[in-house]
This record gives sequence, structure tokens and C-alpha cells, in this order.
Amino acid sequence: MAEEVENSAATSGRDSEQSNYNKSLGNAVQYLSFALGNEEYGVDILRVQEIRSWEPVSRIPNVPSYEKGVVNLRGAIVPIIDLRERFNFSRVEYTPLTVVVVLQAGNGNKTRIMGVVVDSVSDVINVDKTEIQNAPDFGTKVSNEFINGLVSVNERMVMLLDVDKLLKLEELGSDEN
Amino acid sequence: MSIDMSQFHQVFFEECFEGLEAMESGLLTLDVGDVDAEVINTIFRAAHSIKGGSGTFGFTIVAEYTHIMETLLDEMRDGRRQVTQPAVNVLLGSVDCLREMLTSIQNETDVNESIVAQHKSALEAVLNGHAIPDAAPAVHAPQPVASAPTAKSDVEELADDAEAGWKISFCPYLDLLKTGNDPVRLFRELNELGELTANVNIQDVPKFYELDPEECNLSWDLKLLGSVSSNEIKEIFSWVEGDCELEVQALTKPKIVNPIPVVEAPKPVVALEADPVSIETPELHQKPAAEAKKDPEADATKTVAKASSSIRVDTEKIDALINMVGEVVITQSMLGLVGENFTMDKVALLKRGLAQLERHTRDLQQSVMNIRMMPISFVFSRFPRLVHDISSKLNKKINLKLVGENTEVDKAVVELINDPLVHLIRNSLDHGIEMPDERVAAGKPETGTIELKAYHRGGHIVIEIIDDGRGLNKDKLLAKALEKGLIEENLQLSDKQIYELIFMPGFSTAEQLTDISGRGVGMDVVRRNIQSLGGNIEIISELGKGTTIAIHLPLTLAILDGQSVAVGEEIYIVPLVSIVESINITEKMLNKVAGKGETFRLRGEYLPIIRMREIFNVRSTNKPKSTEGVIVVVEGQGALCGFLVDELLGQQQVVIKSLEANYRRVEGVSGATILGDGSVALILDVPGLVRLSVR
Repeated sequence: MAEEVENSAATSGRDSEQSNYNKSLGNAVQYLSFALGNEEYGVDILRVQEIRSWEPVSRIPNVPSYEKGVVNLRGAIVPIIDLRERFNFSRVEYTPLTVVVVLQAGNGNKTRIMGVVVDSVSDVINVDKTEIQNAPDFGTKVSNEFINGLVSVNERMVMLLDVDKLLKLEELGSDEN
Repeated sequence: MSIDMSQFHQVFFEECFEGLEAMESGLLTLDVGDVDAEVINTIFRAAHSIKGGSGTFGFTIVAEYTHIMETLLDEMRDGRRQVTQPAVNVLLGSVDCLREMLTSIQNETDVNESIVAQHKSALEAVLNGHAIPDAAPAVHAPQPVASAPTAKSDVEELADDAEAGWKISFCPYLDLLKTGNDPVRLFRELNELGELTANVNIQDVPKFYELDPEECNLSWDLKLLGSVSSNEIKEIFSWVEGDCELEVQALTKPKIVNPIPVVEAPKPVVALEADPVSIETPELHQKPAAEAKKDPEADATKTVAKASSSIRVDTEKIDALINMVGEVVITQSMLGLVGENFTMDKVALLKRGLAQLERHTRDLQQSVMNIRMMPISFVFSRFPRLVHDISSKLNKKINLKLVGENTEVDKAVVELINDPLVHLIRNSLDHGIEMPDERVAAGKPETGTIELKAYHRGGHIVIEIIDDGRGLNKDKLLAKALEKGLIEENLQLSDKQIYELIFMPGFSTAEQLTDISGRGVGMDVVRRNIQSLGGNIEIISELGKGTTIAIHLPLTLAILDGQSVAVGEEIYIVPLVSIVESINITEKMLNKVAGKGETFRLRGEYLPIIRMREIFNVRSTNKPKSTEGVIVVVEGQGALCGFLVDELLGQQQVVIKSLEANYRRVEGVSGATILGDGSVALILDVPGLVRLSVR
């Protein structure tokens, strides 16, 4: 939606709007940005299935504490991960405003869905692929491997997360056990 | 015209495999002395439809091969050839060969042509060797012959049919092409019937500048070799009736046909038909074959991925389902009406509606489950062959009895039960049933009997393998177990425990290894497989009389009877099958062992106790009721064990949901389910938990 609004504001005339839109599609990617503490992260919007509010989960025994448990999402059993804990932020109490972003990860021809708990969802941002910078080895709490790149939006830095790598953590977790 | 044939491949293969099974069971029931024509007909029909299908899809190698089988079967059907045991064996072998061919085509791998050629020559040897002299020579010819189902009637009805072939003069009118007919297609069909030679007359073709490309100025003289009925030829030309002049004559009494002479015009028109062309058989055959080769390659991954995911369902079942859905919709609209302008006096109506909805939901659930159900005969039907082959290899006489083949089981169970059953039947054949002379000496009938029986009992399916062989020798089992160090000396074991020994890894009492069984891997795998299906296996045996192996399996893998238990604030489901009993206890009744483990004395036996709170690290805000709890006695890995939980909640059927679909395997948990309030509860994996507790 946001892109359409911006496009219509920036261009005049239907045809040019359409062609501009198409052109921008070539290089543009949309990201959903969300906040964790003071930091801002983004995930590819095509990977986002839905956004839900926090609801109690059923705990899974003997797994890392960031794997909060599983919920019933219209008949499917979906695991919920706390990104704060995953990225070693301090824990906060869950409130009704706490948000769960349900993401899809492609694994070959099999897709898996998984919910991640974040502080709040901020915006849908349009990112030109050429503007994405590689992430340097810097002092965030997130290990570099989950970050696809950096992009700045309105002077804020947004870290773009690689959904597949983020959700693949689970496999590593099971290997460790 | 390019319809993507590969989309039908899956159906074709399924039908072929069904046909092969039908052929196989038919061949096995075929009594050499007294041949039942209907049985041969069944086999023949199966072979014929495989031939037809593979021809359509361009699997020429299969079609050619099946054709030889068909010829042989046709002769048997017509009584021109006697049914002999060697011939039946060769046919059985060729069923295997066909199955292999089809499997490799399905998997996009190369067909092992040398094996095919070997079988083919075996078939041809039978065909040529013992043929009754009267058999028509044309039948032996390698080219396709008359399509089979009509063949019999044709023989009597068309006495004027030429054995050698036909001469056809085909002179289309000018606007044949405009009606959408293509002579080339007709010729291709003719070529399927026999060897076709075509000569084109181009003397009617006008000068180039006068040429109208939409007019057909050509006429043909065709020669068709082979025993073909005139009806079949007429059928092919029925499309162009009225658009051409057609004369069909038997080659035996040739007659010259003069095409109507028109203006002479020797100029070549279409490059292809410039000179009198003789269309040769192989060319036409090769083209479809080449096309077919290309197709599967392109769709390789698609086909393979689709392979295991389809299911055939009786239309009856679907109708029942649709019926139920209708009922649910009606109830829903009724409830909707009640919900509008709801007043308290409508409560009774609401309750009635809800009760109806409940009933319909239950029925709907059952009908949906029913769709996944298929008769166990899908598994059983393979065994007559297995028994036939192995018993002849072992020189034993064995009669296999199948009982309750129509018992329905979940598709997943059907797929997974096959291997364990094969193993158990092989065991019975090899170890159970004695050699004929041994049997006679023991006062038993020479022919041993293995009975394979399936029936429903209380939400379970029971599969029994009963043999009247020598039975298990307890002393031998004990001695062997001692020798292998699997048990300790002077240990008193009950009969049941002794029979349990054969499920231990590395246990085999066979004096010598055969390629059929005896390597000592197997029974433990069988039991593990069956347990992974949520079932169990037990043995009853009497020395000298026989052995019965009974497998109990849940009807479906999608629903399970569970006991919900509370641990702290969490709820877990224990599968009811594995629960032996539940006992209320107080803390004092538990005994510490070496400061670590705990046991509970149950009727003189000490049970190891697993505290669920500890093994699952349950953090609970309400204090654990340290003084009392419930021990759920379960059986896992052949041994009893007690789970200490806070409370028993209730028994219910739960729908099993996979944890692995979106998450991963969790130790001690076999799956998850959704409770009435929408929350998720984990289903305990009893053997897994026992393993977990040992660590």
C-alpha cells in the first residue's frame, strides 16, 4: 500500500505512474521493519504471512529459552521464537501490545512457518536493491550471519534480516542437543 | 495438437501397476490342469490395457514387450495353446520384468535392456516352441496384430478376411483437407494394424500456379500386410466417409483399381509427397518414441515428486462426505437463524442445534477419515507371489490363506506395514514351516498352511500371521540367548519373556543362514517399525504345533486415544495404548535408589519412576504437590515404567499434528495436538522418554 501511495504522489498521469511502478519493481524490495529495543530490523515483506498479537504459548521442554513454545495457528502447530532473547537483548514482559510476526521460510520446496516475537512493528519500507550495503562486522548484538545488509531510511539504520538463516537456527539447535 | 501427455503419466503408471497385480494374482490362481477361461481373460485384459496405454504414451519398449505376452495369452485363451507350468512361470517372470521396466520409466532411469531382451527371448521361445501347429503364422510376427478383444469374434465372423493383407485404394475428393482430415493420420493408424506400404499418385496435381494448397489432389494406393479384419480398416476410414472414393480388397484376389483420370500435371507440390512415397513401419514407430523420450526428461522432477501423494477413493465415500457437508451447512444456517435476534426463550433451540452440529461434526470427521482408509488387500495381495516363489525355492509345500483382506486401514499404515509383514512371512516360510517329509513324520499334512488374517478389534486393527509349523523352541531360544550373552544365567523368564528374546538385536537361531532369513537383523527392526506406527507385536507359540504372531495397530495415524495428564500447569497427552494402569500414590511410597533414581513397588516388582516435572523441567508457580501424585504405568521398549504426574485429567481422542512440519523433533515428544480450548498439548513418546530418562 505504502508504495502505491508514494508512487502516485511522485508521478502524474496514469501511464507514467504505471511505468514508474514497473521500473521501481525491478530494483525495489519492500521490507517490514520492526523494533527490538532501540534497534530497527527489517524482513522481506514477501516472507511475512501475518502479524498477530502475543498470546500464551505451550512450552516445549528442554529447548533453548528463546524458543518460547508452540501455538495453534488455524490448525497448524507453529513455533514462536523470542527475537530479543535470540539476539541477547534483555527480556521484557509481554503485554497485549507485544507483536508476533509470522514468517515463512523456504526450505527446498517445503516451506515452514514460524512466529517471531518483536517489540513493535514500525513500517513498510521501500528499499532500492542498490542502496543495500553489506553489513560490516560491528557491535550489534545480532551475529552478522543473520544480516543480509544495511539500509538507511530517513536517517535511521535498518538491519535487514535473512529469514531463511534466521529460521534455520532451529536445525542447528537440534544438532547441539 | 501438443497435449502434455506427461500429466497423465502418473495415472497410467498406477493403472499399470494395478494391472500387473491383477495379472500376477491371476497367474498364481491359474490351475494348470483345469484352466478357467475367465482367469485367462482377466490376465489378458490387464496385459492388453498396459499395451494400449504404453503405446499411447510412447513407451514403445513396454508396448512391444507386452504385445508378445498378449499373443501368448491370446493363444491360451482361444485354446490354441495348452497352459503349462513353465509357460506360467515365464509369464510370471515377465510380469516382474514389466514391473521393472515401468518402474524405471517412472523414475526416469534407463530401462535395463539386456534383462528385457532376455525375458523377451524366453517368452518368444515359449511362443515358438510349443505352439500347436494350427496357430496362425501372422501371430508370431513381431509387428502389432489385430487389437485383441475383438480378435476372437473376428475370427468366426469374417471368413472372407484375408490372412495376407489388403489392398486399399484411397482417392479423396478435393476438399478432404477442408473437413479437417489428414490422410497422414489415417495412414499412421493403419500402420498400427499391420505393415503398411503407401504409394501416392500425383498425376492429378495441377500446375504450380494453378495450385490451391487447400485442395487435395493426391490419391493413394495402399498395401496393408497382416491379418487385419475389414471392419478395422473401415473403422479407420469412417471419418472420411463421403469425402473420398475408397476400395478395399483382399490381397489374395487382387483387382486393379483405376483412379479417375484428371488433367495431367507432373509438377511436384509438397516436398514430402513429391515422389511416390513408401511409408515404412519403423519411421512411424520411432517418432513417437523419440517424443516420449523427451517428455519425461523435462518433467522428471515433477513426476517423481508427485509419485507418492495420490490416493484413489471410492466415489461412494466421496458422496457420503458431500452428504455430511450438506448436513453441516444446514445446521449452520439453522444456528445462524437462532443467533439473529437471540432471546432467552430460544435457548432450547440453540442447544438442539449445537447437539446436531456436534453429531454432524463427528460424522464428518469419520467420513473424512474414511477417505484415507483402504483395504489391507493392497498389502496382502503381494504375498501369494512371495509364498509361491519362496516355497518353490525351499522345496516346501505351503498354502497361503488370506482372511479379512477387505479390512480397511489408514493409507499410511498400509504403506508402512508392508516391510514388517514381508519379513514375518519370510520367517514363517523359512523357520516356521518344516520340510514335507518332516511334516509327514510329525503326523501333520504334507502341505503347510500360513494364514494371514486381518480384523478390527476395538479401534485397532489386528493382523495375525498364523503358521502350523514347528513352533518356537523355548529351550533353544534360551540357550541361544545365553550363548550370545543377551541374558544372564539362572534367570527365570516367563514364556512371554522368552518369546520376547527374538526381538532382541542380533538374535537368530537359524542353524544356517539363507538368503531368505536368519541373519538376526530384522525382528528388532520389525518391532521398532510397528512401534513407530503406534502398535505392538506379540507372539504365541506352541512347540510342534505352530506360531501365531499378532500385530496390533491403530486404525489411523491421524487420531489417537489419549489420556491427558497435568504436570504443573502444563497438559500432556499419554497414548492410551501404552498405559497399563494408573495408581494414586504418596511421596512416601517411592524408594530412592543410590540417591539418584527412584522406584515404586508394584505388586512385588520394582518400577523405575520418571518424574515428569524433572525430565521436562517444568517451572510451576504453584507448589508441586510433593506429598501425592499419580503414577501412570506405561510399557515402553518391552519394560514397564512409571511416569509421575500431578493429576489425571481425562481421556479423549486427539488429532495428531506434526511438530516437525514447522518446527523439529523434540525428544520425548511424538507430536502435538490441539485441545478443546485451542491451546496446544504435546503427545508423549513413551519409548523416547524412557530412553531420555536413562541418560
